[in-house]
Amino acid sequence: MSAEFQQHIHDTLADGRLQSAVYTSTGRLKEGRSAVVAHDVLPDYQELRTQANAIKKHAIENLDHYLEEFERNVEAHGGRVVWCKDGSEVADFVLELAKERGARLIVKSKSMLTEEIDLNERLERHGLESVETDLGEYIIQLAHERPYHIVAPALHKTREQVADLFTARLHVPHETVIEKQTATARAVLREKFLAADIGISGANFLVADSGAIVLVENEGNARLATSAPKIHIAIAGIEKIVPRAQDLATFLKLLARSATGQLLSVYTSFLSGPRRPDEIDGPEEFYVVLVDNGRTRLLQEREKRQSLYCIRCGACLNACPVYRKIGGHSFPWVYSGPIGAILTPQFLGVQREPALPFASSLCGACAEVCPVKIDIPKALLDLRCEVKKAEMREKQNRLEKLAFRVFAWVMSHPRIYEMAGRMAGSAFPEENAGWLRRVPGLMNFGPMRAWADQRDLPPPPARSFREMWRRR
Amino acid sequence: MPRDAVLHRVRTALGRGAGAPIPDPPPARIRIPEVDLESRIASFRTRIEALAGETCLAPSPEQARAAVAAAVEGKTAVASNAPFLAECGIPGLAGVRSGITDPAELRRQCAAADVGITSADYALADTGTLVMLSSLQEARLVSLLPPAHIAVVPRGRILTGLDELFSLLPRPAEQTSSMVLITGPSRTADIEQILVRGVHGPGRVTVVIV
Repeated sequence: MSAEFQQHIHDTLADGRLQSAVYTSTGRLKEGRSAVVAHDVLPDYQELRTQANAIKKHAIENLDHYLEEFERNVEAHGGRVVWCKDGSEVADFVLELAKERGARLIVKSKSMLTEEIDLNERLERHGLESVETDLGEYIIQLAHERPYHIVAPALHKTREQVADLFTARLHVPHETVIEKQTATARAVLREKFLAADIGISGANFLVADSGAIVLVENEGNARLATSAPKIHIAIAGIEKIVPRAQDLATFLKLLARSATGQLLSVYTSFLSGPRRPDEIDGPEEFYVVLVDNGRTRLLQEREKRQSLYCIRCGACLNACPVYRKIGGHSFPWVYSGPIGAILTPQFLGVQREPALPFASSLCGACAEVCPVKIDIPKALLDLRCEVKKAEMREKQNRLEKLAFRVFAWVMSHPRIYEMAGRMAGSAFPEENAGWLRRVPGLMNFGPMRAWADQRDLPPPPARSFREMWRRR
Repeated sequence: MPRDAVLHRVRTALGRGAGAPIPDPPPARIRIPEVDLESRIASFRTRIEALAGETCLAPSPEQARAAVAAAVEGKTAVASNAPFLAECGIPGLAGVRSGITDPAELRRQCAAADVGITSADYALADTGTLVMLSSLQEARLVSLLPPAHIAVVPRGRILTGLDELFSLLPRPAEQTSSMVLITGPSRTADIEQILVRGVHGPGRVTVVIV
């Protein structure tokens, strides 16, 4: 376990206020979910999960087909698809477009992928202003933090902390009434929406047969970011694809229920292309940026593919006894909770935080609530196995490195080398027809022995070449 | 080319060749229950009221007009160009701007108005949802920028739910660049999980069912 991981956990456990904030909020979300998936209110809940899982599995296993279909349909509606391998390609595309169009101000709606690639920081380094507009995201952007929770990014902040933050960063009077804080954010951000040159959104789904992106939200900021500015850029991971618009009848029933306990989120936008000639408003340019950023690595291994089914509802966080104690910021990357514990090592390698797959009691609550039936406990076990294998490799590597260091030292010291040669000659190992069967000392242990057992060595000569040279 | 690079990686990982055929996807799951209109109306009202939206029943277009007139009295409003609003005589009400087709003008008016008045293409009974397709009749911003939204909807447009919507519109993108489902007033619970309405979108939603 890294010292950092340990320290974060320790700090979170020691903070009574934070403990109760995380526990209460996740508890509320958890109960909200349970109430709307109960058998008497949604009898076909299990069927919907099975269907969602089957569709995701099919879409992921035929991903190239659906991505190409998606691209064709976006282009048929006058939009453009941009493909990016990683975050720097995404930033380059946005920067280039902003430069061409003379754009300076960007309004952003919530997107976990842009968190993954630190998009705001990358854009701001080049002089663009990129403003998060979801209230929770706005708060954590002002605080220079990363999301505490996939759906409730500022879950850890109290109203007092928000008041301090707004006063310090927005120079407004100190205000602890939440309604008034929200009104302040509305006023500040409304001006940004109306002045922005570009709106950037994520996408909850990419619909292949329609070339459409789907955005699910409660505040209206995603609608504003995709309707008010002249340019809309949607940035999404390639795994977000679903084959048909009709599949949304399945996914939309599950997403809001699992995330916040709502039957549907307040706004579900189904967007395909820029404003058409027979429409009054909407963006003039529409881009969908399809991002790999490590996803194809997960695709390679059959057992890891299911992590790409995730629809980012956050239900597993709320259900997880570990997340509810150690909180979101203990996790080493943007994704926290059980899904973070499997995504982080799969995306960044198990070495990033080897203790992560072990930070679970394997109670199975996450798998039980997952709307697309990802077997998170099984994935955690697989990752534990990977961590252990990596540790063993590391140990072997250490031994090998030590051996080579000794070898290099001997080889670069002629006197020692000669002495070693003489010692080897006088060791008199077992001989068989002039060949050494067994080498004494270190060579008889562990993997060295297995190696030496299969090999016979010529015996050292009575006089070394160096000796003969000197006596010449 | 990043396009080819990404697609190549995907194909290599999946062991698929370019343009290789795919198996049929699992059939889409569409289940439309039989629910009579009165029950749909009742369910729609219950759902939206549970979200602090308001509804009223107007037996005739004239009564719808009267209901809207009362709601916008003393306020400024922008009405969409929906033919159904014209049928109800809403564009003629005092304080109501309508007939706007210029996007810049529309945006200015919507940003300043107290109320946005629209119709809706459909409504969903089991969730209390309005379905709005962007067109020359319905702009995106009318139901979004003003702090209050009034939707005047003929009762026959109330469908059972999402499944019926997607069976009527299997490919919404063929009709519009933007289909939005609105389920109650804009809201957030981002600070201490306390519910606040009207963050960025309208904090009040009223549906007049005609």
